[in-house]
Amino acid sequence: MTSPTVSDKALEVQGVSKKFRRGELFDSLRDLVPAMTRRLLGRRRSQELERQEFWALRDVSFSLKRGEAFGIIGGNGAGKSTLLKLLTGIMHPTHGSIRVSGRLSALIEVSAGFHPDLTGRENVFLNGAILGMSREEIRRRFDAIVDFSGLAEFIDTPVKRYSSGMFARLGFSVAAHVDPDVLLVDEVLSVGDYLFQRKCIERMHAVIASGATVVFVSHNLREVSALCQRSLLLERGTVQKVGPTEEVVQHYLSRCQQERALAPDREIVITRVTTHDSSGPRTEFESDGKLYVTVEAQARSRHDDMSVVIQIVDQHQYPLFDTCTQRLGAGPLTLDAGETLRCVFELDVTLAQGTFHVNAFLHRYITDRPYDRWTSAATFFVSPTPEVRGVVTLHPRLMACEVEKA
Amino acid sequence: MLRALRELVARRDLLYILAWREVKIRYKQSVMGFLWAVLMPLVIVCAGIVVRYAFSQISGTPLSLSDLTSVSVKAAPWAFFVAALRFGTNSLISNTNLVTKVYMPRLAFPISAVCAQLLDFLVASVVIAILLVLAQTGLSLQILWLPLLVACLILMATGFAVIFAAASLFLRDVKYLVDVFLTFAIFFTPVFYESSLFGKWAPLVLLNPVSPLLEAITTTVIQHHAPSLPWLGYSFAFTALLGVGSLALFTKLEPLFAESV
Repeated sequence: MTSPTVSDKALEVQGVSKKFRRGELFDSLRDLVPAMTRRLLGRRRSQELERQEFWALRDVSFSLKRGEAFGIIGGNGAGKSTLLKLLTGIMHPTHGSIRVSGRLSALIEVSAGFHPDLTGRENVFLNGAILGMSREEIRRRFDAIVDFSGLAEFIDTPVKRYSSGMFARLGFSVAAHVDPDVLLVDEVLSVGDYLFQRKCIERMHAVIASGATVVFVSHNLREVSALCQRSLLLERGTVQKVGPTEEVVQHYLSRCQQERALAPDREIVITRVTTHDSSGPRTEFESDGKLYVTVEAQARSRHDDMSVVIQIVDQHQYPLFDTCTQRLGAGPLTLDAGETLRCVFELDVTLAQGTFHVNAFLHRYITDRPYDRWTSAATFFVSPTPEVRGVVTLHPRLMACEVEKA
Repeated sequence: MLRALRELVARRDLLYILAWREVKIRYKQSVMGFLWAVLMPLVIVCAGIVVRYAFSQISGTPLSLSDLTSVSVKAAPWAFFVAALRFGTNSLISNTNLVTKVYMPRLAFPISAVCAQLLDFLVASVVIAILLVLAQTGLSLQILWLPLLVACLILMATGFAVIFAAASLFLRDVKYLVDVFLTFAIFFTPVFYESSLFGKWAPLVLLNPVSPLLEAITTTVIQHHAPSLPWLGYSFAFTALLGVGSLALFTKLEPLFAESV
């Protein structure tokens, strides 16, 4: 490890862009020949896009201090995976530079190096070497790795006989013991059962505590905000925002709350779903606070037997709660052409920390058949409280905590 | 380029383990297991002897013991060369999973593929050494050439493997071309015959950079003569150029690997 005096930057990304091609590399010989000659003649200017080319990343810059945990968030296709591949060195940027000080290791595709015919033991050595450990290092950590994986009984069985969960666990265990200066993590925490996931998260915290720099890529905003002080929001290959995780997550969620217009082919549509508190729009809430959900709808013709349903789901779309105007005592709602229906729901936030989505539905009053449904219409975020973990808070109070003498 | 070599030296354990993986999986789930490593070179030597026997039958010259030993002494290095090229060429394609998903010095793939073949070569060499002792070939100081010749052959195989591995990642045609070429290469390589068989056309056979090495092995080990220095020089120079060229090509292409697979 280089001493901190040399540079306190663990990772520096400057003006990185990456260009990709759609379609086949060479569609035919007819394409190949001109492409080759152009390349040989050096006429190809890398700043320009040729037919079928596109920028997967455009001018991305950020730098990380030693010991920092940094989150990268963004929707699908935002360029997160490309950025990770550039950081690991699997691919090289079209422009720009990436500087890593110290050993970089990635908890990505942790089982890629496994060979099905080799035993668990042999694969630990193989994968360890692939991930950059020396044989001596692996030998030293072998027991810890096997212990972490919980596969001691099967360590001399070929991994082709493993279940996919065992496979992934062994892979993660090897990767988690590499001891890097910079660690890249891409959503691998969803490996294995609940207990193993907890072990993984603890391990990540231990890595951060040991002074390593961590780059964490995830859709799971809760985990990102729990682990990372600073984050970066990628959208279509460009950096939308870099800064404290809370602000970046806010920004990301507020961008998700877009509006829908009344399309010409639709008779009735939910046009807007927002979350707010008593003072204005908000996407971050405290446990025990109040949350207001406003649903707006417009119609092209008269509809007169509706109810509005809202549903709160977690990030896996698992429904946690739903309610509707009908059940809350409102009669059938009527909406005429040109009018806007607005329903405001007040909810107590009894949720613990996490990311939650609001689904909104317009149902027929009697039959419950939907006029319109909008899933993940709004997303909000409940900030963590130290005393509660899990999805909901049951408002715990410590009533007694004493030792009775025998 | 030097950086690539330095990185490879720093990760030499990776090289070792990849080679060990190749060896290990080659003999997994087979009844004979490691015996195959002994048997395969024996089969090649036997094939050579059969061909030599056929030659002698046709030409009417009696089959001498030195003919047999010289065939076996060339057959083993040739078998190594062919296998090293074949495995080396496929080393990147068959590991695309690793090439696209994990970072590691990719040069380790073709080089470890060649290294994995060295074990078979070593076993074959031991078998042949025993044969030579049984045939009472004798020993002379000329045998000191042998390590140099073998090293050159290994280096040449590595150079070719590195080039073909990288090229086949971009164009799968390379793999088929190498396969076809290696199948027929035995005809332009003096394994079962000597280049002198061709009389004044012998230089044509010796233009194949492997030929002078194989011939030199026979001359030094079996006939106890000094090898033909000009041709040997040609092989050495070729290997040196190939080594540098392959490394330069590989390091130039490596950044494109993950997206061109």
